[in-house]
Parts: sequence; structure tokens; C-alpha cells
Amino acid sequence: MPPRTNQIGLARNEYRGRPSTLCPGCGHDSISNQIISMAYELGLEQHKIIKMSGIGCSSKTPAYFLGGSHGFNALHGRMPSVATGALLANKELACIAVSGDGDTGSIGMGQFKHVIRRNVPFVYIIENNGVYGLTKGQFSATADEGQFLKYYGTNHMPAIDLALEAVIAGATFVARSFSGDAKQVQALLQAAVRHPGTSVLDIISPCVTFNNAETSTKSYPYGRDHEIPLHEIQILAPDYVDEREEIVIGDYEAGDILDVEMHDGAYIRLKKLDNDHDPRNRRMAMDVLERSMREQIFSTGLIYYEEPRPTLADTEELVATPLTQLDEAQMRPSKAVLDGVMQKLMVS
Amino acid sequence: MAINAQSQLKVDTREPVINDFAFSVATKNGSGSQTSNNVLVQSLFRMGVPVNGKNLFPSNIKGLPTWYTIRANKDGYTARKAITEIVVAYNDGTATEDVANLPPGGVCITTDKIAKVIDHRDDISYYEIPVAKLMRQTKVPSAFRKLVENMTYVGAVAQLFDIPLDLIYQVLLDNFKGREKPALMNHAVIELAYNWTADNLVKTDPYRFEKMDGTQGKIMMTGNEAGALGAIFGGVNVVAWYPITPSTSFVDGVIGFRHLRQSEDKENTIAIIQAEDELAAAGIVVGAGWAGSRSLTSTSGPGISLMAEFAGLAYFAEIPAVFWNITRMGPSTGLPTRTSQGDLLFTHFLGHGDGRQICLLPGNLKEAFEFGWMSFDISEALQSPVFVISDLDLGMNNWLSDPFDYPDQPINRGKVLNAAELQEFIDEHGKWGRYLDVDGDGIAYRTLPGTNHRFAGYFTRGTGHDEMATYSERSDDWIENMQRLRRKMDTARGMLPQPYIDNSGAAEIGIISFGTNDEAIREARDWLRNDGIKTNYLRVRALPMSSSVTEFIDSHKSVFVIENNFDGQLTQLIRLEHPENISHVRPLALGDGLPMTPSWIYDSLKEMEG
Repeated sequence: MPPRTNQIGLARNEYRGRPSTLCPGCGHDSISNQIISMAYELGLEQHKIIKMSGIGCSSKTPAYFLGGSHGFNALHGRMPSVATGALLANKELACIAVSGDGDTGSIGMGQFKHVIRRNVPFVYIIENNGVYGLTKGQFSATADEGQFLKYYGTNHMPAIDLALEAVIAGATFVARSFSGDAKQVQALLQAAVRHPGTSVLDIISPCVTFNNAETSTKSYPYGRDHEIPLHEIQILAPDYVDEREEIVIGDYEAGDILDVEMHDGAYIRLKKLDNDHDPRNRRMAMDVLERSMREQIFSTGLIYYEEPRPTLADTEELVATPLTQLDEAQMRPSKAVLDGVMQKLMVS
Repeated sequence: MAINAQSQLKVDTREPVINDFAFSVATKNGSGSQTSNNVLVQSLFRMGVPVNGKNLFPSNIKGLPTWYTIRANKDGYTARKAITEIVVAYNDGTATEDVANLPPGGVCITTDKIAKVIDHRDDISYYEIPVAKLMRQTKVPSAFRKLVENMTYVGAVAQLFDIPLDLIYQVLLDNFKGREKPALMNHAVIELAYNWTADNLVKTDPYRFEKMDGTQGKIMMTGNEAGALGAIFGGVNVVAWYPITPSTSFVDGVIGFRHLRQSEDKENTIAIIQAEDELAAAGIVVGAGWAGSRSLTSTSGPGISLMAEFAGLAYFAEIPAVFWNITRMGPSTGLPTRTSQGDLLFTHFLGHGDGRQICLLPGNLKEAFEFGWMSFDISEALQSPVFVISDLDLGMNNWLSDPFDYPDQPINRGKVLNAAELQEFIDEHGKWGRYLDVDGDGIAYRTLPGTNHRFAGYFTRGTGHDEMATYSERSDDWIENMQRLRRKMDTARGMLPQPYIDNSGAAEIGIISFGTNDEAIREARDWLRNDGIKTNYLRVRALPMSSSVTEFIDSHKSVFVIENNFDGQLTQLIRLEHPENISHVRPLALGDGLPMTPSWIYDSLKEMEG
């Protein structure tokens, strides 16, 4: 039997990359798998996607998915600037970027905040495990205050909440998830990839080697036992047909369903569980994150969403053609133009 | 002590000195003197007098002393003169020293107030301008008075040395982009001082300007503007930068010329991003170069330091991008507003591990423009970062030049395969790999993101990789890759701008230099020739160096390497590349923060040559 294929005739395994070299059971591999599924389900063309990353365990993963796409494993903490340049050069490219909590929360905090500020349109995934893996188990800036690790003792510093930092910096799409919650990660990826703005996904992704004790809030056991989704998420494609008319948008009383319309006509359908979180409310988003941190509640889901503001290419008022595809006339003004400039500078 | 200008030297009986002297204008930073000085230089330029203005300014917004030297020379020498015949002493804090620096027979133009505090010399001419009194007579609104006060010396200079007032007004109009109101306001002050000087002062010096045709068909502009204009004609697409003296005006230049590349709908073909730091600026240009656009950043030493890691990545992952280093004086924050050639070694070796960066070394305005566009062709052809090492002197000062030539070669995007070409490549070679060197010149073929071919994608990394761009920690893969990169550098030597060589001296003494020392060397060589000392001259224009440097060294008995840094960095590089039989190669290294003078070269070379 021929393998099942998607709308552009590709099998799922054609979206895979090289075999992973991460530790067996690593949360990051689950996320790579969800990226593969997302691209397959949406029928994405790999040549229109670039994969960007910094340095660290997480940043190795772009080699393990979408083997047909160009990828760039850049410098520690500096992926955002490289992605910015690439997406200015060719604004037709979609970009999936992978970073870690060290890559983003410590060495790359400046670039993280500034890429959001510029609203570079890409999916910024933070595979957050609270620990430095490749250098054998140091605390990262997202590690819990008071946490104990074998080689480095107790962490006395408060944790940085990267989702909160993203909201404060002005991100228009901020989510938190758990790599063990495949369904939610998948839905969030499908929404994020459609969003024309910086979409930040802070995904708790356990390190099975250095930080998987039950006492760690970044562990599998903790995540499985404590994750409290804010809502169930479903992505409705633009051509999705249902009785949406019957739903009063934004009214939780009417069926406990909130449909958030996206830029391309798709909907993010949020089925309310046991709270009133409205991701379109920035104050609420910050409250949820601050309460989660204070009370150690592992809230996941779409934390914040707003109508996309102009992307960097819009702000720069770039021509419609990608800058990589300009013809010679658009790259070099004529001799007459140079002579004109020279004439103005000469003694008449 | 107070000086009465009327009682100074008697009416001068010396031979007139026409169009061959230099000014030093001493003011306080932030007092508006930039405009006054620019007006003087531009006016002389329009009188047809070859001229060069150099701003020797402090790292400060307001208050610290600043000097501007203007040299006019009918024979076209425009290097900085160590001693200026005339000083405009408008800064009470430095006036005594400024006057002390004048040669006998020199001229001091100062304010009546400052004249009271400076030590008197009886071998120079003094002209006191009653600035406060004149300013009270103007109708300039009080808010602007301080800013236009310096125009009083422009008026006095115009009267004393014969610069036509109508010409000054035209320059003012251009300076204010055609707006009459500010031009008239400034001109009123100039005219007042001009007339007051005529009515109240007696000229007691021999210096005078006269119209001539020495600047006909020439242009005047700063090197940063010239480089920026070059980049515009080189097809730059993405500019990322972080403000730093003395490179800021480079990007200002790109911003100013960006409209030349706009579409009919006024949309941009150039993105200009002010990054959060130089590190991010480097990341942006590396990302943009990787994706297939032409990208540029402009910075100076401290910024280059921050860019080191990206420079190494771009070298090793073979990504084109252009970096301008408008060099200032280091180490560290150093002298941030003073010129230097002290980043030559650092820039050439930028990045950890083995490797050399390609460097272009412009020596004048024309080369700033030329390397401005050519750097992109070189960078894309070699798939490598290119560093253009300019300096503050070229970057920020006004230089006289012939107009720029339109690029004589079409844009060269290097070895890039589109989908069809990739298929042909695979048909021919059986496979394609990002670092597969099928031509033997060390340069492989690349594909760009967005190329619609199932084998176009590859993974770029700074880690070890084989010719298929696959991660590899194998020693043989590593060595093979390094050998190919070395091969690429050898290819580069032949592709880069070759040295400028003047063997017309048929001499035993050779001079080697680079960059902006050129003007001072030209003049010093003429002085030496007049003394019967013949020299030949080679100016290095790119690194890695051409083999003609070796030939030049071998064919001279005595070689002096003239450079404006303390350590003699080009000399060190020559010793590294050409270790045999070079005891006759000696550095003449200065590095005092100022543009080099012919007299320093002349004196030093004579002393060393005995």
C-alpha cells in the first residue's frame, strides 16, 4: 500500500531530517516530531521554509526535521539577528526557529527582546528545560529558585519567565506548552506558523539526563501531573465549515467556546476549561503568567494573541519583490544617475 | 595682555603668498563651528583652489576644544600640514597654545575678549574681532546668537584673505538646502564682520586667496559618503548598524542616497536596521548574505571587536557580507574621535582559530566609492566576508577628488545555482554538496533558500562539516576543508585590487604603505626628489597581499613601510608573509591620532636613511 500523502503529494517521512543525536527520550525530539507533523498536515512546501537556531541541545534540532529546507545553526544567543537578516533578504520565506532557555534567557536575552520589538515574522520556539545540557548540567536562568542540582547545588536566583518577557516586549502571539502534550503543541504550531508576526512558543521540554527529577518543574513527571491547560485548542482552517455562526464570538457563556480569527481567515478555537482566560487581553495574559509563577501553576495554552502589527519588512517599506530577486536595474542605478550626483558636487 | 591690532606689524612688505597656506580654526565643540568651517572650505573649493578640511575634534558634545585645519594649495597638495600659518583662535581655553604654535610671520585672528588673555608675540599679525559688539548689532534672534557667532570669523577671513561674499552666500544656501532664512541670517553676520574688518583693520600679512581653476571638474565629499554611494551602486540590500564614531556618517550616507534605489512607488530596495548592538548588526548582515541579498554593516574598532564571533562564522560557513571598519584610535575606547590605521592585524585575523579575512584598503575618495560597490562582487564571488578598512580621516573629512567612474563590470553574484542549474550540476557531477569544490579554485556552488528543488536545502553551521555540509568531527574532513579555504584565499589574491605601484623614481629606496597616508607620501616624495633622493612607491590595496609586494621588496635596497599605527602592523604582516631577506624592510610607524603629514615622513625617512 502506498504511504498516505498530504495535499501536495508528500508522505510524512519526507518532512523528516537526519536522525537525532540527542539523548533518547529528550523532550526536544517530541517537538521536532510535532514540527514534522505540522508541516505535513498543512502541506507546507519545504523550500519556502528556513530553519534557524542558536547553540545548544535545542539548537541542534533543526537538522532533525524538514530536511528539504535550508537551515542555519548560528551562534549562541544570536539566532534572532540572523533570522532578521534572512527574512529581510527574502520576505517570502517562512521561518521556524528553535532556541533554548540558555540561548534565549541568558546569552540571547537582548536579541530575543529586540527581534520581538521589530516584529520579525517567524515562529520562535524555546525548548525550555531549565538546564545547560551540552556543558553538563548548569542552571539556566529559567531554573526554579531553590532548586537543587547534583553538581551545582542550590539555585538562589529567581527564574526568568520567557513568556512574560515576550508579552512585555510586544509579541503578538505568546504560548506556553509542554513537550509531553503533543496535541496542544501541534495546535499551537499550526496557529503560530500562520501568524504574521513574531510567535513565541515557550515549550517546557524536559532534559532526561540532567533535570528530570520529580522535584523539578521542568521534568516529565511534574509536567504530566501538574499541567493545567487554559483551554483546549483547535485550529480551524480558513475553508473549515461548521455552525460557527451560532457561536457568539467572545462570549464564554454561549458554549464556553472562543473563536479567535487569524489574519488568513483561519480560527483558533479555544474551548474553555475552568477559567476565564481571554488571550486577547494583555493584562489577563500577564496576570496568568505572574500567578503561574507565584503559585507554581503549570498553565499552558495560548497566553496572548493580538492582531498582527506591521512586520519589519512593512516598517521598512520594502518593494514587493524579495530583495534576493531584484534585477540588475533595481540593484544598480544608471550611469546618468551617478553623473547627476557628481554634477551636483562639482564647481559650476 | 591686551593687544591693539592697529599697533601691530607695519603694513606687510613681504611677497604675497597666494593659495598656498593653511589655517587652523580653534573653537569650542558644539558652538556651530562645523558650519562656519564647512562654509570656508566649500567657498575655497568653488574659487577653484585645491583645498582639504580636516576636523580634529574631541569626544564630546559641547565645550571641549576642537580644531579644524584647512589647507589650500595651488599645486594640489592636500595632506595635513603640521604647522599652519594662520590660526583662528576663538577658544579662550586653548588660545595661548594656539598662538604659540604659529610660525614667525603667522597670523592670529581672535576675539577682542580672548586677545586680553593670550600671551603676546611680536612676530605675528593679530586681528581682533569685537564679536560681542558685532553680535549686538545684528538682528539675529537671541536663541540663535551663540550658533552664528562663529560666522564673525568667516566674515573676517573673507575680508582679510579675499573670499568673495556672493560666493559664500551660495555656499550657505546649499548648506541649508536652499532655505533662504537661515542662509540670510548667517550671511548677515558674515557681512557685518566683513565690513567691520574692512573699515577697522589694516592687513599686515602676505596671505591671500585668488580664484584659479584647480578644482574645475572635481568633487568634494567625505569618504563615508563616497563609500555609501558606492554601496548604493553595488546593489546593497540590507544595512544593519549601531551608532559609533567615526562610522555613523557612513550609514547616514546610505540613508541619504537610498532614494536613488527606490521603486517608482517610493518603495525601498534597501532595508536599514539600527540594531541593538554591533553584534546583532553583524548577525543581521550574515543572515541577509546567507539568504542571498547584499548586506553591509559599518562600524569601528569596538564594534569590530563585538563582531569577531560572527566574522569567524561567516568565514568558516562561507557567507558573503561587507563590513566597513572606519578605524579610530584604540586600544579600548582609545581616542574615539581620532584617526588610526591600528586595526589592520585585528581585522585581517578577525575570528578565533585559523583563517584570514579579506580586506580592502581604500586610500582616497575614488577608492572609497570603487570598493563600495566592488566589495559586494568580491564577497559574493568568494563567498566570504569582506572588510573594507577605511579610517576617520578618509571617512569624516572632506576630500577633493575627480568624479567617480561608473562601475566597469556588471554585478557578479558568484556561484549561485537556481533550481534548473542545480539539476544540471547533479546531472553532470552525480551530486551537489554545498562545499564541493568541482572547479578547483576553492569556491563551491551555493543554493539560496527558496530554491524550488528537492535537493537545494542544506544545513549551514559553524561546526565541522564535510563537503556535503553534513556535521563531521573527522580529522580528514576538517583538514580537507581548511585546505580548500586556503585554496580559496589563494584565488582571492589574484581577484582582489592589485597594489598601486609607482616605479618612476627608478630608485633604490622603496616606500610601502596603505590607505590615507597616500597624499602625505606623494608630497613627501616630491620634497625628497627635490633633495635628490629618489623613491619608488607601492600602496597595498587589499589583503591577503599580492605577490607584487614581494617583488617590490626584493627589487629595492631599502624599503620603508609607512603606516599610521604604533606597532607597525603592515610591517609585521610583511614579515609574516615574506620572512626571507627582509632586513632591509623597516617600519616608519606613527600612530599619533592625527592624519599623517608630509614633514613627518620627510624628516623620518631622511633620518633613517642617514
